[in-house]
Amino acid sequence: MAAPMRNVDEIRDRVILGEFGVRNVHSTDFPGNYPGYDDTWDLRKFKKNFRLNIAHMDENTLEFDMVGIDAAIANAFRRILLAEVPTMAIEKVFIYNNTSIIQDEILAHRLGLVPIKADPRLFEYRNAGDEEGTEIDTIQLQLKIKCTRNTRAAKDSSDPKELYLNHMVYSKDITWVPIGNQADVFGDSKIGPVHDDILLAQLRPGQELDIVMHCVKGIGEQVAKVVNSRLDTCSREVLRHDDLKNLVKIGRVRDHFIFSVESTGILPPEVLVSEAINVLIAKCQKFLTELESSEME
Amino acid sequence: MAAADTEKKRVLEMVQAAGADEGCVTFVLHEEDHTLGNSLRYMVMKNPDVEFCGYSITHPSESKINFRIQTRGGLPATETLRKGLNDLTDASKHVLHTFEELRNRDQVTGMWSTLQSETLTDKNHRLRAAAWILSIQN
Repeated sequence: MAAPMRNVDEIRDRVILGEFGVRNVHSTDFPGNYPGYDDTWDLRKFKKNFRLNIAHMDENTLEFDMVGIDAAIANAFRRILLAEVPTMAIEKVFIYNNTSIIQDEILAHRLGLVPIKADPRLFEYRNAGDEEGTEIDTIQLQLKIKCTRNTRAAKDSSDPKELYLNHMVYSKDITWVPIGNQADVFGDSKIGPVHDDILLAQLRPGQELDIVMHCVKGIGEQVAKVVNSRLDTCSREVLRHDDLKNLVKIGRVRDHFIFSVESTGILPPEVLVSEAINVLIAKCQKFLTELESSEME
Repeated sequence: MAAADTEKKRVLEMVQAAGADEGCVTFVLHEEDHTLGNSLRYMVMKNPDVEFCGYSITHPSESKINFRIQTRGGLPATETLRKGLNDLTDASKHVLHTFEELRNRDQVTGMWSTLQSETLTDKNHRLRAAAWILSIQN
Protein backbone atom coordinates (compact mmCIF):
# COMPACT_ATOMS: atom_id res chain seq x y z
CA MET A 1 0.00 0.00 0.00
CA ALA A 2 1.72 3.18 1.17
CA ALA A 3 5.51 3.38 1.33
CA PRO A 4 6.96 2.25 4.69
CA MET A 5 6.44 4.95 7.28
CA ARG A 6 9.32 6.63 8.98
CA ASN A 7 9.85 5.11 12.40
CA VAL A 8 8.96 8.27 14.25
CA ASP A 9 5.70 8.75 12.40
CA GLU A 10 4.83 5.14 13.06
CA ILE A 11 5.39 5.50 16.80
CA ARG A 12 3.35 8.67 16.91
CA ASP A 13 0.44 7.61 14.76
CA ARG A 14 -0.04 3.87 14.92
CA VAL A 15 -0.86 1.18 17.46
CA ILE A 16 0.87 -2.02 16.26
CA LEU A 17 -1.01 -5.34 16.53
CA GLY A 18 1.61 -8.06 16.99
CA GLU A 19 0.95 -11.77 16.99
CA PHE A 20 0.93 -12.07 20.76
CA GLY A 21 0.36 -8.59 21.99
CA VAL A 22 -0.36 -5.00 21.22
CA ARG A 23 2.57 -2.59 21.07
CA ASN A 24 2.98 1.12 21.10
CA VAL A 25 -0.25 1.71 22.93
CA HIS A 26 0.27 4.97 24.79
CA SER A 27 0.10 8.41 23.23
CA THR A 28 3.48 10.04 23.30
CA ASP A 29 2.72 13.25 21.46
CA PHE A 30 3.39 15.65 24.30
CA PRO A 31 5.41 18.85 23.95
CA GLY A 32 9.15 18.21 24.20
CA ASN A 33 9.09 14.49 23.39
CA TYR A 34 9.94 14.78 19.72
CA PRO A 35 12.37 17.41 18.46
CA GLY A 36 10.98 19.11 15.42
CA TYR A 37 7.34 18.48 16.30
CA ASP A 38 5.24 21.10 18.06
CA ASP A 39 2.77 19.16 20.12
CA THR A 40 1.38 21.96 22.24
CA TRP A 41 -2.40 21.99 22.46
CA ASP A 42 -3.76 24.25 19.76
CA LEU A 43 -7.51 24.53 19.34
CA ARG A 44 -7.24 25.70 15.74
CA LYS A 45 -5.05 22.73 14.79
CA PHE A 46 -7.49 20.41 16.57
CA LYS A 47 -10.44 21.89 14.70
CA LYS A 48 -8.62 21.53 11.41
CA ASN A 49 -7.74 17.87 11.94
CA PHE A 50 -10.93 16.76 13.64
CA ARG A 51 -13.49 14.94 11.54
CA LEU A 52 -16.74 13.25 12.45
CA ASN A 53 -18.61 10.96 10.11
CA ILE A 54 -21.97 9.30 10.77
CA ALA A 55 -21.95 5.85 9.18
CA HIS A 56 -25.42 4.66 10.08
CA MET A 57 -28.28 6.12 12.10
CA ASP A 58 -31.65 4.68 12.96
CA GLU A 59 -33.98 4.96 15.91
CA ASN A 60 -32.08 2.63 18.25
CA THR A 61 -28.51 2.44 16.98
CA LEU A 62 -25.98 4.97 15.82
CA GLU A 63 -22.57 4.30 14.31
CA PHE A 64 -20.16 7.11 13.82
CA ASP A 65 -16.43 7.70 13.37
CA MET A 66 -14.31 10.27 15.15
CA VAL A 67 -10.92 11.07 13.64
CA GLY A 68 -8.29 13.38 15.07
CA ILE A 69 -9.04 13.04 18.76
CA ASP A 70 -6.97 11.31 21.40
CA ALA A 71 -7.87 8.06 23.08
CA ALA A 72 -8.15 9.71 26.50
CA ILE A 73 -11.01 11.94 25.46
CA ALA A 74 -12.74 9.37 23.27
CA ASN A 75 -12.62 6.96 26.19
CA ALA A 76 -14.06 9.61 28.47
CA PHE A 77 -17.06 9.91 26.13
CA ARG A 78 -17.43 6.15 26.04
CA ARG A 79 -17.36 5.87 29.84
CA ILE A 80 -19.90 8.65 30.20
CA LEU A 81 -22.22 7.07 27.61
CA LEU A 82 -22.13 3.81 29.49
CA ALA A 83 -22.47 5.03 33.02
CA GLU A 84 -23.15 8.71 33.47
CA VAL A 85 -25.97 9.77 31.18
CA PRO A 86 -28.97 10.31 33.45
CA THR A 87 -31.97 8.04 32.95
CA MET A 88 -35.25 7.39 34.76
CA ALA A 89 -35.45 4.01 36.46
CA ILE A 90 -37.56 2.37 39.15
CA GLU A 91 -35.84 2.89 42.46
CA LYS A 92 -38.35 2.28 45.25
CA VAL A 93 -40.88 -0.51 45.12
CA PHE A 94 -43.71 -0.46 47.67
CA ILE A 95 -45.19 -3.94 47.80
CA TYR A 96 -48.70 -3.84 49.33
CA ASN A 97 -49.60 -7.37 48.36
CA ASN A 98 -47.57 -10.12 46.72
CA THR A 99 -49.01 -13.62 46.93
CA SER A 100 -47.15 -14.88 43.85
CA ILE A 101 -44.41 -17.46 43.94
CA ILE A 102 -41.77 -14.83 43.11
CA GLN A 103 -40.12 -13.48 46.26
CA ASP A 104 -40.53 -9.77 47.06
CA GLU A 105 -36.89 -8.88 46.59
CA ILE A 106 -36.54 -10.82 43.33
CA LEU A 107 -39.62 -9.12 41.96
CA ALA A 108 -38.35 -5.70 43.06
CA HIS A 109 -35.01 -6.40 41.41
CA ARG A 110 -36.70 -7.39 38.15
CA LEU A 111 -38.86 -4.27 38.22
CA GLY A 112 -35.78 -2.12 38.70
CA LEU A 113 -34.28 -3.44 35.48
CA VAL A 114 -37.25 -2.45 33.31
CA PRO A 115 -36.39 0.63 31.18
CA ILE A 116 -38.94 3.41 31.62
CA LYS A 117 -39.77 5.67 28.70
CA ALA A 118 -39.57 9.14 30.18
CA ASP A 119 -37.24 11.93 29.07
CA PRO A 120 -34.79 12.41 31.96
CA ARG A 121 -34.04 15.97 30.86
CA LEU A 122 -37.52 16.99 32.02
CA PHE A 123 -36.94 15.81 35.58
CA GLU A 124 -34.74 16.89 38.45
CA TYR A 125 -32.64 14.74 40.74
CA ARG A 126 -34.31 13.85 43.98
CA ASN A 127 -32.81 15.56 47.01
CA ALA A 128 -30.90 13.26 49.32
CA GLY A 129 -33.01 12.28 52.29
CA ASP A 130 -36.30 13.08 50.62
CA GLU A 131 -38.46 9.99 51.06
CA GLU A 132 -41.73 11.02 49.46
CA GLY A 133 -40.67 12.61 46.20
CA THR A 134 -42.39 15.50 44.42
CA GLU A 135 -43.84 15.85 40.97
CA ILE A 136 -40.64 17.27 39.50
CA ASP A 137 -38.42 14.38 40.45
CA THR A 138 -40.58 11.27 40.68
CA ILE A 139 -42.77 9.18 38.41
CA GLN A 140 -45.27 6.96 40.17
CA LEU A 141 -46.16 3.66 38.54
CA GLN A 142 -48.56 0.98 39.60
CA LEU A 143 -48.83 -2.74 38.99
CA LYS A 144 -52.13 -4.23 40.17
CA ILE A 145 -53.09 -7.57 38.74
CA LYS A 146 -54.95 -10.66 39.93
CA CYS A 147 -55.03 -14.05 38.33
CA THR A 148 -58.39 -15.82 38.07
CA ARG A 149 -59.67 -19.09 36.68
CA ASN A 150 -61.24 -18.90 33.26
CA THR A 151 -64.74 -20.29 33.73
CA ARG A 152 -65.28 -20.69 30.02
CA ALA A 153 -62.33 -23.02 29.39
CA ALA A 154 -62.85 -26.53 28.07
CA LYS A 155 -63.13 -29.22 30.77
CA ASP A 156 -60.09 -31.27 29.77
CA SER A 157 -57.82 -28.44 28.60
CA SER A 158 -54.34 -28.29 30.10
CA ASP A 159 -53.10 -25.15 28.40
CA PRO A 160 -52.49 -22.41 30.97
CA LYS A 161 -53.39 -19.80 28.40
CA GLU A 162 -56.89 -21.20 28.25
CA LEU A 163 -57.36 -22.12 31.87
CA TYR A 164 -56.27 -18.90 33.54
CA LEU A 165 -56.76 -15.20 33.00
CA ASN A 166 -53.84 -12.83 33.71
CA HIS A 167 -51.44 -15.63 34.57
CA MET A 168 -48.44 -13.92 32.92
CA VAL A 169 -47.50 -10.51 34.22
CA TYR A 170 -45.89 -8.45 31.48
CA SER A 171 -44.42 -4.96 31.63
CA LYS A 172 -47.44 -3.69 29.71
CA ASP A 173 -49.43 -4.17 32.91
CA ILE A 174 -47.45 -1.40 34.58
CA THR A 175 -49.56 1.75 34.53
CA TRP A 176 -48.61 5.35 35.13
CA VAL A 177 -50.21 7.27 38.00
CA PRO A 178 -49.69 11.00 37.41
CA ILE A 179 -48.94 13.02 40.54
CA GLY A 180 -49.37 16.76 40.92
CA ASN A 181 -49.37 18.54 37.57
CA GLN A 182 -47.79 15.69 35.63
CA ALA A 183 -51.09 14.92 33.92
CA ASP A 184 -51.04 18.36 32.28
CA VAL A 185 -47.32 18.45 31.54
CA PHE A 186 -46.96 14.92 30.19
CA GLY A 187 -50.56 14.24 29.23
CA ASP A 188 -49.96 13.28 25.65
CA SER A 189 -46.63 11.45 25.97
CA LYS A 190 -47.16 7.91 27.18
CA ILE A 191 -45.00 7.40 30.24
CA GLY A 192 -44.43 3.73 30.92
CA PRO A 193 -42.05 0.88 30.14
CA VAL A 194 -40.23 1.05 26.81
CA HIS A 195 -41.04 -2.57 25.91
CA ASP A 196 -44.43 -4.14 26.57
CA ASP A 197 -43.38 -7.74 26.49
CA ILE A 198 -40.96 -8.11 29.37
CA LEU A 199 -42.18 -11.02 31.47
CA LEU A 200 -42.10 -10.04 35.15
CA ALA A 201 -43.86 -12.87 36.96
CA GLN A 202 -46.22 -15.78 36.52
CA LEU A 203 -49.37 -16.20 38.61
CA ARG A 204 -51.98 -18.85 39.32
CA PRO A 205 -55.62 -18.33 40.35
CA GLY A 206 -55.93 -16.56 43.67
CA GLN A 207 -52.51 -14.93 43.50
CA GLU A 208 -52.24 -11.21 43.05
CA LEU A 209 -49.78 -8.35 42.89
CA ASP A 210 -50.43 -4.87 44.25
CA ILE A 211 -47.31 -2.78 43.86
CA VAL A 212 -46.56 0.94 43.69
CA MET A 213 -43.22 2.05 42.25
CA HIS A 214 -41.31 5.30 42.38
CA CYS A 215 -39.11 6.04 39.43
CA VAL A 216 -36.32 8.58 39.85
CA LYS A 217 -33.51 10.09 37.81
CA GLY A 218 -30.16 8.41 38.29
CA ILE A 219 -26.88 7.64 36.57
CA GLY A 220 -25.38 4.24 35.94
CA GLU A 221 -22.87 4.57 38.74
CA GLN A 222 -25.57 4.58 41.36
CA VAL A 223 -28.10 2.52 39.50
CA ALA A 224 -26.45 -0.29 37.52
CA LYS A 225 -29.51 -0.82 35.42
CA VAL A 226 -29.51 2.33 33.33
CA VAL A 227 -26.77 1.26 30.94
CA ASN A 228 -27.37 2.69 27.52
CA SER A 229 -24.82 1.58 24.97
CA ARG A 230 -22.03 -0.73 23.77
CA LEU A 231 -18.82 -0.58 21.68
CA ASP A 232 -16.73 -2.11 18.87
CA THR A 233 -13.43 -4.03 18.13
CA CYS A 234 -11.11 -5.33 15.37
CA SER A 235 -9.72 -8.68 14.22
CA ARG A 236 -6.22 -10.15 14.05
CA GLU A 237 -7.25 -13.24 12.13
CA VAL A 238 -4.58 -12.92 9.47
CA LEU A 239 -1.81 -13.47 12.03
CA ARG A 240 -2.90 -17.06 12.55
CA HIS A 241 -1.71 -18.07 9.12
CA ASP A 242 2.01 -18.77 9.28
CA ASP A 243 2.89 -18.00 5.71
CA LEU A 244 1.30 -14.58 5.85
CA LYS A 245 2.49 -13.69 9.29
CA ASN A 246 5.83 -12.23 8.44
CA LEU A 247 4.63 -10.30 5.44
CA VAL A 248 1.89 -8.46 7.20
CA LYS A 249 2.24 -5.69 9.71
CA ILE A 250 -1.07 -4.70 11.22
CA GLY A 251 -1.39 -1.32 12.74
CA ARG A 252 -4.33 0.76 13.75
CA VAL A 253 -4.47 4.48 13.33
CA ARG A 254 -4.17 5.88 16.81
CA ASP A 255 -6.68 8.65 16.58
CA HIS A 256 -9.49 7.07 14.56
CA PHE A 257 -12.37 5.75 16.70
CA ILE A 258 -15.52 3.94 15.66
CA PHE A 259 -18.40 4.39 18.06
CA SER A 260 -21.39 2.11 17.97
CA VAL A 261 -24.14 3.32 20.28
CA GLU A 262 -27.21 1.21 20.95
CA SER A 263 -29.97 2.78 23.03
CA THR A 264 -32.34 1.00 25.43
CA GLY A 265 -35.15 2.96 23.81
CA ILE A 266 -35.62 5.72 26.35
CA LEU A 267 -33.69 8.33 24.41
CA PRO A 268 -32.58 8.15 20.77
CA PRO A 269 -28.84 7.44 20.42
CA GLU A 270 -27.92 10.81 18.96
CA VAL A 271 -29.46 12.51 22.01
CA LEU A 272 -27.42 10.17 24.23
CA VAL A 273 -24.18 11.23 22.53
CA SER A 274 -25.04 14.94 22.86
CA GLU A 275 -25.93 14.46 26.52
CA ALA A 276 -22.68 12.57 27.16
CA ILE A 277 -20.59 15.39 25.71
CA ASN A 278 -22.58 17.88 27.79
CA VAL A 279 -21.86 15.83 30.91
CA LEU A 280 -18.12 16.11 30.27
CA ILE A 281 -18.42 19.88 29.72
CA ALA A 282 -20.42 20.17 32.95
CA LYS A 283 -17.76 18.28 34.92
CA CYS A 284 -15.08 20.67 33.71
CA GLN A 285 -17.23 23.70 34.55
CA LYS A 286 -17.86 22.36 38.01
CA PHE A 287 -14.15 22.29 38.78
CA LEU A 288 -13.54 25.63 37.10
CA THR A 289 -16.11 27.34 39.33
CA GLU A 290 -14.68 25.52 42.33
CA LEU A 291 -11.22 26.88 41.48
CA GLU A 292 -12.64 30.39 41.10
CA SER A 293 -14.47 30.28 44.41
CA SER A 294 -11.53 28.87 46.33
CA GLU A 295 -9.30 31.61 44.96
CA MET A 296 -11.67 34.31 46.13
CA GLU A 297 -11.16 33.25 49.74
CA MET B 1 -18.09 32.29 55.42
CA ALA B 2 -15.91 29.67 57.09
CA ALA B 3 -18.88 28.03 58.81
CA ALA B 4 -20.81 27.67 55.56
CA ASP B 5 -17.78 26.07 53.88
CA THR B 6 -17.39 23.30 56.40
CA GLU B 7 -21.01 22.27 55.84
CA LYS B 8 -20.67 22.02 52.06
CA LYS B 9 -18.83 18.92 50.80
CA ARG B 10 -15.56 19.95 49.14
CA VAL B 11 -15.07 18.55 45.65
CA LEU B 12 -11.64 20.01 45.07
CA GLU B 13 -8.83 20.20 47.61
CA MET B 14 -5.22 21.18 47.28
CA VAL B 15 -2.43 19.48 49.13
CA GLN B 16 0.95 21.12 49.06
CA ALA B 17 4.17 20.07 50.73
CA ALA B 18 5.42 22.66 53.23
CA GLY B 19 8.22 24.71 51.70
CA ALA B 20 7.55 23.71 48.10
CA ASP B 21 6.79 26.47 45.63
CA GLU B 22 3.44 26.99 43.99
CA GLY B 23 4.40 24.86 41.03
CA CYS B 24 4.10 21.44 42.70
CA VAL B 25 0.60 20.73 43.91
CA THR B 26 -1.53 17.66 44.37
CA PHE B 27 -5.23 18.27 43.84
CA VAL B 28 -7.77 15.89 45.33
CA LEU B 29 -10.85 15.70 43.12
CA HIS B 30 -13.84 14.11 44.82
CA GLU B 31 -16.55 12.08 43.08
CA GLU B 32 -14.37 11.59 40.01
CA ASP B 33 -12.65 8.65 38.32
CA HIS B 34 -10.74 7.77 35.14
CA THR B 35 -13.37 9.51 33.02
CA LEU B 36 -12.26 13.00 33.93
CA GLY B 37 -8.85 11.99 35.30
CA ASN B 38 -7.35 10.58 32.13
CA SER B 39 -8.81 13.18 29.76
CA LEU B 40 -7.74 16.06 32.03
CA ARG B 41 -4.27 14.56 32.43
CA TYR B 42 -3.90 14.45 28.64
CA MET B 43 -4.93 18.09 28.29
CA VAL B 44 -2.62 19.30 31.06
CA MET B 45 0.31 17.35 29.59
CA LYS B 46 -0.23 19.14 26.27
CA ASN B 47 0.84 22.35 28.01
CA PRO B 48 4.58 22.97 27.42
CA ASP B 49 4.95 24.58 30.87
CA VAL B 50 4.02 21.38 32.64
CA GLU B 51 6.90 19.18 33.69
CA PHE B 52 4.88 16.38 35.26
CA CYS B 53 1.22 15.48 35.36
CA GLY B 54 -0.34 12.31 36.63
CA TYR B 55 -3.37 11.03 38.48
CA SER B 56 -4.12 8.03 40.63
CA ILE B 57 -7.17 6.52 42.22
CA THR B 58 -6.43 6.23 45.93
CA HIS B 59 -8.65 3.21 46.49
CA PRO B 60 -11.28 1.73 44.18
CA SER B 61 -13.90 1.91 46.89
CA GLU B 62 -13.46 5.64 47.37
CA SER B 63 -14.46 7.82 44.47
CA LYS B 64 -11.71 10.39 44.51
CA ILE B 65 -8.52 10.92 42.54
CA ASN B 66 -5.16 12.47 43.40
CA PHE B 67 -4.16 14.71 40.54
CA ARG B 68 -0.57 15.97 40.65
CA ILE B 69 0.89 18.78 38.58
CA GLN B 70 4.49 19.99 38.58
CA THR B 71 5.31 23.02 36.46
CA ARG B 72 8.47 24.49 35.01
CA GLY B 73 9.65 27.91 35.97
CA GLY B 74 7.55 28.42 39.07
CA LEU B 75 4.27 28.96 37.23
CA PRO B 76 1.40 28.34 39.69
CA ALA B 77 -0.08 24.90 39.23
CA THR B 78 -3.64 26.22 39.57
CA GLU B 79 -3.11 28.17 36.36
CA THR B 80 -2.17 25.07 34.43
CA LEU B 81 -5.14 23.20 35.90
CA ARG B 82 -7.45 25.98 34.86
CA LYS B 83 -5.96 26.01 31.36
CA GLY B 84 -6.35 22.24 31.10
CA LEU B 85 -10.01 22.43 32.14
CA ASN B 86 -10.68 25.23 29.67
CA ASP B 87 -8.96 23.39 26.82
CA LEU B 88 -10.92 20.24 27.57
CA THR B 89 -14.15 22.27 27.59
CA ASP B 90 -13.25 23.87 24.24
CA ALA B 91 -12.43 20.53 22.65
CA SER B 92 -15.69 18.97 23.91
CA LYS B 93 -17.73 21.93 22.71
CA HIS B 94 -16.21 21.62 19.27
CA VAL B 95 -16.99 17.90 19.15
CA LEU B 96 -20.57 18.63 20.24
CA HIS B 97 -20.95 21.38 17.68
CA THR B 98 -19.61 19.20 14.85
CA PHE B 99 -21.81 16.29 15.89
CA GLU B 100 -24.99 18.34 16.10
CA GLU B 101 -24.39 20.00 12.75
CA LEU B 102 -23.81 16.65 11.13
CA ARG B 103 -26.82 15.15 12.84
CA ASN B 104 -29.15 17.94 11.74
CA ARG B 105 -27.92 17.74 8.19
CA ASP B 106 -28.24 13.98 8.14
CA GLN B 107 -31.70 13.90 9.61
CA VAL B 108 -33.14 14.35 6.14
CA THR B 109 -30.42 13.10 3.82
CA GLY B 110 -29.30 10.39 6.28
CA MET B 111 -32.22 8.24 5.28
CA TRP B 112 -30.35 7.53 2.07
CA SER B 113 -27.58 5.64 3.92
CA THR B 114 -30.05 3.12 5.32
CA LEU B 115 -31.65 2.39 1.98
CA GLN B 116 -29.20 -0.34 0.94
CA SER B 117 -30.39 -2.83 3.51
CA GLU B 118 -34.13 -2.52 2.98
CA THR B 119 -36.68 -4.30 0.82
CA LEU B 120 -38.13 -2.63 -2.22
CA THR B 121 -41.42 -1.60 -0.61
CA ASP B 122 -39.65 -0.16 2.43
CA LYS B 123 -37.36 1.73 0.10
CA ASN B 124 -40.32 3.25 -1.71
CA HIS B 125 -41.90 4.33 1.54
CA ARG B 126 -38.70 5.98 2.67
CA LEU B 127 -38.12 7.67 -0.65
CA ARG B 128 -41.60 9.12 -0.55
CA ALA B 129 -41.24 10.15 3.08
CA ALA B 130 -37.89 11.82 2.41
CA ALA B 131 -39.25 13.61 -0.64
CA TRP B 132 -42.20 14.85 1.39
CA ILE B 133 -39.97 16.15 4.18
CA LEU B 134 -37.69 17.88 1.69
CA SER B 135 -40.68 19.48 0.04
CA ILE B 136 -42.14 20.87 3.23
CA GLN B 137 -38.74 22.18 4.30
CA ASN B 138 -38.40 24.20 1.09
